[in-house]
Amino acid sequence: MILVDTLAQGLLLGGLYALFAAGLSLVFGIMRLVNLAHGDLIILGAYLILTISTVTGLHPFLAVLLAAPLMFGLGWLLQTHILNRVLGTDILPPLLVTFGLSVVIQNGLLAGFTADSQKLTAGPIEAASVNLGVVTLGVMPVLTFASAVAVVFALNQLFYRTALGRAFRATSDDAVTAQLMGIRPQSIFAIATGLALVVATIAALFLGTRANFDPSIGPARLLYAFEAVIIGGLGSLWGTLAGGIVIGMAQALGASVNPEWQILSGHIAFVLVLLIRPRGLFPRAND
Amino acid sequence: MTLTRPFGLAAAALALALLYALPAIAPRAVVQDLFGILTLLVLAMNWNMLAGFAGLVSVGQQAFVGIGAYAMFAAIILMGLDPLVGVLIGGLAAAAFAVPMAFFAFRLNGAYFAIGTWVVADIARLGISQWKALGGGTGTSLPKGTAKDMAFVGQIKDMLDVSSAAAADALTYWLMLSLAVAMLVASYVFLRSRMGLGLQAIRDNENAARSVGVDPVKLKALVFLLAAFGTGLCGALAFIQITRVTPDAAFSVIDWTAFVIFITVIGGIGTLPGPIVGVIVFYILQRALADYGTIYLIVLGCLGIVVMLFARRGLWDMFTDRTGIDLMPLTHRPPQGSLPRPKPSRRAA
Amino acid sequence: MTALLRISGLTAHYGDFQALFGVDLTLNEGETVAIIGANGAGKTTLMRAITGVAKVTAGSVSLADENLTRLPAPQILTRGIAMVPEGRKLFPSLTVEENLLIGAHARSGNGYWTLDRVQAMFPILRERRQSPGTALSGGQQQMVAIGRALMSNPRVLLCDELSLGLAPVVIKEIYAAFPQIKASGTSIIVVEQDIGQALRVADHVHCMMEGRITLSGRPADLSRDAIHDAYFGVTHA
Repeated sequence: MILVDTLAQGLLLGGLYALFAAGLSLVFGIMRLVNLAHGDLIILGAYLILTISTVTGLHPFLAVLLAAPLMFGLGWLLQTHILNRVLGTDILPPLLVTFGLSVVIQNGLLAGFTADSQKLTAGPIEAASVNLGVVTLGVMPVLTFASAVAVVFALNQLFYRTALGRAFRATSDDAVTAQLMGIRPQSIFAIATGLALVVATIAALFLGTRANFDPSIGPARLLYAFEAVIIGGLGSLWGTLAGGIVIGMAQALGASVNPEWQILSGHIAFVLVLLIRPRGLFPRAND
Repeated sequence: MTLTRPFGLAAAALALALLYALPAIAPRAVVQDLFGILTLLVLAMNWNMLAGFAGLVSVGQQAFVGIGAYAMFAAIILMGLDPLVGVLIGGLAAAAFAVPMAFFAFRLNGAYFAIGTWVVADIARLGISQWKALGGGTGTSLPKGTAKDMAFVGQIKDMLDVSSAAAADALTYWLMLSLAVAMLVASYVFLRSRMGLGLQAIRDNENAARSVGVDPVKLKALVFLLAAFGTGLCGALAFIQITRVTPDAAFSVIDWTAFVIFITVIGGIGTLPGPIVGVIVFYILQRALADYGTIYLIVLGCLGIVVMLFARRGLWDMFTDRTGIDLMPLTHRPPQGSLPRPKPSRRAA
Repeated sequence: MTALLRISGLTAHYGDFQALFGVDLTLNEGETVAIIGANGAGKTTLMRAITGVAKVTAGSVSLADENLTRLPAPQILTRGIAMVPEGRKLFPSLTVEENLLIGAHARSGNGYWTLDRVQAMFPILRERRQSPGTALSGGQQQMVAIGRALMSNPRVLLCDELSLGLAPVVIKEIYAAFPQIKASGTSIIVVEQDIGQALRVADHVHCMMEGRITLSGRPADLSRDAIHDAYFGVTHA
């Protein structure tokens, strides 16, 4: 009984990690860019929602609707003016540039908002729960998980059902030939990073309503997200969701034995999966 | 032009002599300051070997600093050994940890390698947090007077006529300085050896290097192991002076890896003098912006980004390009003025 | 006839290696021009330079008197030059139909070529429309690549080595589509190593060697010996 409860909590936690990871997976899948600032961008999103909701008095769930387009714009600018310049066969420049961004964002937030913990308050819904007979689940974690599934579903629809998605895939396959189709890879990449930051904003909403956050916690979220992406297999969004669930469940199981083992268990699950399947659970066929 | 290189080397030798004499002529605070800078320099030289020459972009070097520090603490507290022996044990422990770490991380390519090393470092941090004999998550301190009882401190105390604490600082300072010099010389000799040239060949073209009989994996694993040893020694030595260790401080990705990456990148990744230039820039920045909290970190990050965008091989390379002076050339270049150096894709026009 | 595509003094480099030396070439409206030459003669580089994929270091490319030199590849496509690249270069993540549709990505307005017309010309592409593009045979992939290029309704179609690696019967099947393509108002440049095929399809033939055009003429006016010499670089001087 306790085990079922633990696994259920782990599953829902996995939803949050999948949300952290979906944007990362999108960007990596399309342009092979590893964005080390992704965790800090999520935290930036959380502060943006907090600011909007403080200034306008809007509920965080509504503030996110204002924050998302701003974050899209930020992603677009970031890709157009910085990241597009460092894409190429050498992986060092993009890694270092995004690492630089990570430090800049972290310390920028620290300067602007201090190191104090913050939280997004969503009201009574935070304490609400649903009783499913075997387990009782919090409404917020269930909502988080549902959002993760919805985000992955929507991104998949975009990828496989729209002209933009077709252009995403073509550019990812072969950027030079894509140009012969009239596709401008640079703008495709800018849109992709914009979308990734929209997803990051949604992740930020649930991160911020679930627990406290401060400017320093980005890199840890980045690690969980990366573990999910790598476990899931490159470029597979459903794989990313599965990867998030693996990390979430491993953490929940570890924590149920000893709270200090939560993070450690997630990391160990990551290492084990990679030792057994170096390309992740659901690798794309043509990589 | 022919005179500049000997002149440069003479200036470097003079600077080195001055650095060694420092504890005799400068106040203790300056020695401590420079110790911190030298620590970053040694770490940067190690990371530069990894990322700049072996193409291994590790974001997990804090694992070796932390393990070096903790092994040193264990040697002193649990085994009652001299701290200097502890430092050596720290280096060896870090190198030992590098073996399983490499076994895992070398299965990952490029960016995956970066994330993989970071995760392993976090595992090490969390694992050490479980070591109750050394304080678990809250860490522990060196027993009072450990540094003063170190070997040679007595002699130094008499020689310089200073307090025991200052003598201990001088000793750790000299060791760190010697470690930096040893790293520099060893890197230079290694990179000009057959193996080192093989390494640079791999960096430029892995397949071509493989076809002339260089085994990239073995060579990279060797560099990874040696860099872990150097980083472990450095970490252990650094924590003798800090005297208190916690998992968060010893395994800090910002302090032991992020700074180090920026220092190397700004100074010039893949060049030997790069880390030295970078560490000087870092020191000046830290000093100039000391009153503005974390602003210097923002400036540092921006500077790193700008260098990557516009001068990919850093300040040192800009300097050698402008002046033609290279104190530690790694390749035999055509004489200046006869042939332009081919440098594709470095500068557009 | 008026010159549709005019190439003059075109020079291109790969790093330090010069691949094209001042190539001049004209394609008239409605014409089909063939470029023949051995491997490494610079034919593919010429195609890549025209479409903006390879960097042009000197000379110019203009289409209907509009200067296209050094425009980025996507803009050259929207001006009306499409290419069937060497080796087909289908997108492996896209189905056959998606590969065709992506050819129309930047298209604005209507034109002769639609998904229906392409599929009618190569019926197998309708039959296999849900297969991954790269699951098809070489000849079928070549049909997808041609159809993909036509989907942008180009004024000029560049075909790079259509027959490479294909059986004669398949090559024949592919070239059987050319009358319809010409009739749609598209002018064509084909790059071929298969001299016989080139002579059959072209109104005008250019022979390239070492980055230069060494022989030009109408197929009827060129003797086998002259072509042979130009192709293999024999000079009778």
